[in-house]
This record gives sequence, C-alpha cells and structure tokens, in this order.
Amino acid sequence: MLRLVALGYLAALLIVPVGLVVYRAFEDGIGAFIESITTPEALHALWLTIVIALIAVPMNTVFGIFCALAIVRRKFPGHGLVNSVVDLPLALSPVVVGLALVLVYGRQGWWGGWLIDNGFQVIFALPGMVLATIFVSLPFVVREVVPVLREIGDEQEEASATLGASPWQTFWRVTLPAIRWGVLYGVVLTTARALGEFGAVSVVSGRIAGRTETMTLHVEERYQAFEIQDAYAASVVLAVLAVATLLVMTLLRREET
Amino acid sequence: MAIEVRHVSKLFGDFQALDEVSVDVASGSLTALLGPSGSGKSTLLRVIAGLEQPDAGEVYISGREATTVSPQKRGVGFVFQHYAAFKHMTVWNNVAFGLKIRKRPKAEIEQRVSELLDLVQLSGLAERYPAQLSGGQRQRMALARALAVDPNVLLLDEPFGALDARVRKELRAWLRRLHDEVHVTTIFVTHDQEEAMELADQIVLMNQGKVEQIGGARDLYEQPANDFVMSFIGPVSNFGEELVRPHDIVVRREQNGSAERATVERVVHLGFEVRADLELEDGREVWVQMTRDEATALDLKEGVQVFVAKQ
Repeated sequence: MLRLVALGYLAALLIVPVGLVVYRAFEDGIGAFIESITTPEALHALWLTIVIALIAVPMNTVFGIFCALAIVRRKFPGHGLVNSVVDLPLALSPVVVGLALVLVYGRQGWWGGWLIDNGFQVIFALPGMVLATIFVSLPFVVREVVPVLREIGDEQEEASATLGASPWQTFWRVTLPAIRWGVLYGVVLTTARALGEFGAVSVVSGRIAGRTETMTLHVEERYQAFEIQDAYAASVVLAVLAVATLLVMTLLRREET
Repeated sequence: MAIEVRHVSKLFGDFQALDEVSVDVASGSLTALLGPSGSGKSTLLRVIAGLEQPDAGEVYISGREATTVSPQKRGVGFVFQHYAAFKHMTVWNNVAFGLKIRKRPKAEIEQRVSELLDLVQLSGLAERYPAQLSGGQRQRMALARALAVDPNVLLLDEPFGALDARVRKELRAWLRRLHDEVHVTTIFVTHDQEEAMELADQIVLMNQGKVEQIGGARDLYEQPANDFVMSFIGPVSNFGEELVRPHDIVVRREQNGSAERATVERVVHLGFEVRADLELEDGREVWVQMTRDEATALDLKEGVQVFVAKQ
C-alpha cells in the first residue's frame, strides 16, 4: 500500500510529466528532434551551459574543500557565521542572487562601472553567468564534505604529522583520500545544480539568443516564442544531462560499498 | 635524559589540564603515565609529541629544546588509542608512510617495512586494508608504522584501551618483549594501575593536572607519597582514621594487646586470595585480605568473632 502511494505520487509529479516531454520531443520523428537541437542557438546554448559548469564546478570544489576544512578543523572568530553563510544560497531565491550581482557588477553598480570602463563586462556576459552559477551551487561540496571530515576525526592527520608529513603532504596523502567520496558526491550535486540553474543566470545574462543563452534559458525562450517542439527537444537534452549525472552518482555509490 | 618536561601548564578554557608538571624520562626506559580520567596524562603525552602547545613550560627531547617544534620535526612515534590507521592504504603502505615521506630509496623502504612487519607479526597481512584486521592487529600495525621512522621516543596513548581483556594481556606482554628488543625510549598512557605496574620501569602518577609521585611500581606501592597514591596503587581499607593495605591488617581469634573486637559479615573466596568484610564494635566497617590457608586456619566464616590490629 505504502509503495503504491509513493509510486503514484512520483508518477503524478515526475514520471508522467517528464515522460510526456520526451514523448512530445520525438512526436514528429527523430529528424525533427535533431533539427531542433542543432540550430545555432541551441548548440551555442549547450556549449555555454557546459563552459559555465566547467568553470563553476572546479572552483566550487576547491573552495568547498577548503571551506569545509576551515569549518571543521579550525576554531576561529566568526566560525559560526561562516557555517551559516555557506547555506545562504540554498535559502535565497536565485532571482535575488541575480539582482544582487547586478547591483554590484552592473553599470550602475559598486564596481561594475569601473570594470566596464576597463573593458571587462560582467553583467550580460559570461563572467556574470559564471558568478551567478558559482553562487547558487556553492554549498553542495561544503555540505557533503563537512560531515565526512567530522566522522573521520583528526587522528589520522595527527598521525601523519608525527610521521613527518607537512600539512600539505598530509592533505594530499591522508585527508583528501579519506574524504574523496564526499567530494565526489558534492561535485555531482554541484554539476547538476550548475546545469539546471535558471533564475539567477536569467537575471544577469540579458538572455541574448546565440550569445548569453544557456540551455535552460533557451528552453524558456523557445517556449515563449511558441516553438514548443524546440522547447521539448532542448528539455530532453537537459534531462539526459541530469540523468547522466545521477547515473554517475549511483555508480559511485556502488563503487564505494 | 631522553625527555625532560619542565613546569608545563596547559589550560583548556578554564579547565587546568596540566599544572606545573615536571617529568624526566631516561633513555631506553619504559615509562607509564598513570592516572584517573581527566588527570592530564593524555594531554602531557600530546604536549611531548607536539600535538598540543603548552601555555607555559618547556619540553626537551634528547637534550634539545623542542617546545615550539612542530610534531612533523620532533622525531617522535605516536600510537593512538583508536589506532588512527590510514583506512585507504594497505598495511604495507601504512607502515611505509613515514619512509615514503622521507623519500628513502625504494629498496630500503622494502627492506625496512618487511622487517617491521615481521617484528609485529603481520607479514602475511601486508596487502590487507585496516578494515580487514582485528583491533589487536591494527594496533600492532600502528606500532610498526610509528617505529618505521626510527623515532627518538615512542609515545602510546592508551594503546590497549579499545581492546578486549584477553588481547590486552597478550599485547601487554608482547610490548614488554618488543621494548626489550628495540630499546626505544617509550612512554605510554594508561588508567590501569596493573598495566602500569606490569610494564613500566617508572610510573608517573598524575591527578588533576599534577604529578603526585614518580617512581617504580614497588616505591609507589610501599612508600606512597600520600593517600591518593596509596588508594590509586593497590587496594586500601579504612581502618580507624587511616588508610591501610587490607593485607596489612592482622586477624586473630584471641585478644592480643590493643586489637579491636570485630564480627565477620561476609567471606569471599577468590581462589588463592580470601576477602572478608568485618564490622568493628563501634559499627565501622573494614575489609581485609588474606591467603586461603590463613582463612582456613582461622576457620573464618560469617558471624565469627575475631580480633583485628594493624600490622
């Protein structure tokens, strides 16, 4: 009974709608689908999405690991503050994040004017979209790594130090291997978030088709233009990316046990 | 002296973990830091290892001031109560860790690691991971890992604390033999007085962040500096106003001089040893210890009248 309820719930909310999207995307045949996703705009959107993820994910991974180390291993003033601020992107609506970035980096913003005068455009360009994506996907590595660090404790690191290892050697040889699964989960979640981000990127991008349009923005733009078939096709590409990410996560879990 | 600790103090918040502690440890000796939990014994060991910075005082290792030297450069081997095994490495790689850090030639590492694995009787398990070992095996691996880098001193923090009683006893005897073979200056922390007395050449008895007495097992037992030492090392009985060893109370069936009259409340036979709870005439209780033969000669049983006196 419980299983039926859970399945029914999932079916109504997830499986049927996503299934319908896939069905509609291929309704006019595989040729129409391929045509939809190989327009210059669609290809550029896919490329831009991947570029943004390729910048944002490594940066958040490195930052996330060191931030988690700081939270767990060091007692410093403002310790609790850092711990809560890291979660802010989870609580804050992405639209607000986008607006905040415009306020700081836009032409009228604090640093924006100066940056633009010096030939560096942030808002309505790739840097702004990367910043927005980094912001919204920041907590995942930290949140995955913090509990793992707490669980392993610091004895292995102390043992490593007494055996003559420098802090850097200890990090590479002891700490990082011990937290590697946490880091990988964090990376997978960060990637999923970076690929799927809409709100914040939408505000800072200016949404210029073929220039500052990511995959999610492209779906929205096609939908608004009544090109429903294109929207469905692009959605399927996004869904495939998401499923691939989940698959990697599942495979990693199996590897771990 | 291999290790000299001079007036070391350490506060954790407002908890005085160490209070002006001074200890000398001779080269090649086996020293026990003994005390109840919270006495500061583990903190002292961690200060010697450099894992904890003292608020005041100095530490000398092999004659050199080491107070501010990082653990990385102290040349101490440290063994943790919960082994601190590198879980993602095989036994072999755990033991080789310090040598690899020191970038020793491959052939030398190979030879040294296999020697050490022989020494700790883990040769057949070199390719296993720590998760596939028993607690006793993990601790022996941790010991080999610490010994691999030829430390000036070997520090063990409650090394047998997480093991069951039988393995504990085996490892104890084995550590003593190992120390006789390797002769590295060793300090271990324990809260078990029997363990300290059985293993150590010198016992440092600590309480509330202070050293109560330093000496051999016999000194501490026979010439305790105070009541705390006396009651921590070996059994005690309250007799009159003072603490006495329960085997130092003489029990007779006849009145003899100043002996006090008492009634036997309970007799417990523990094989060779017999314990009896006695009630004195004024209602105070005292317990005594004697051999089985003595108890038989006295025909000691519940309700019997006896006379007791301090030896």
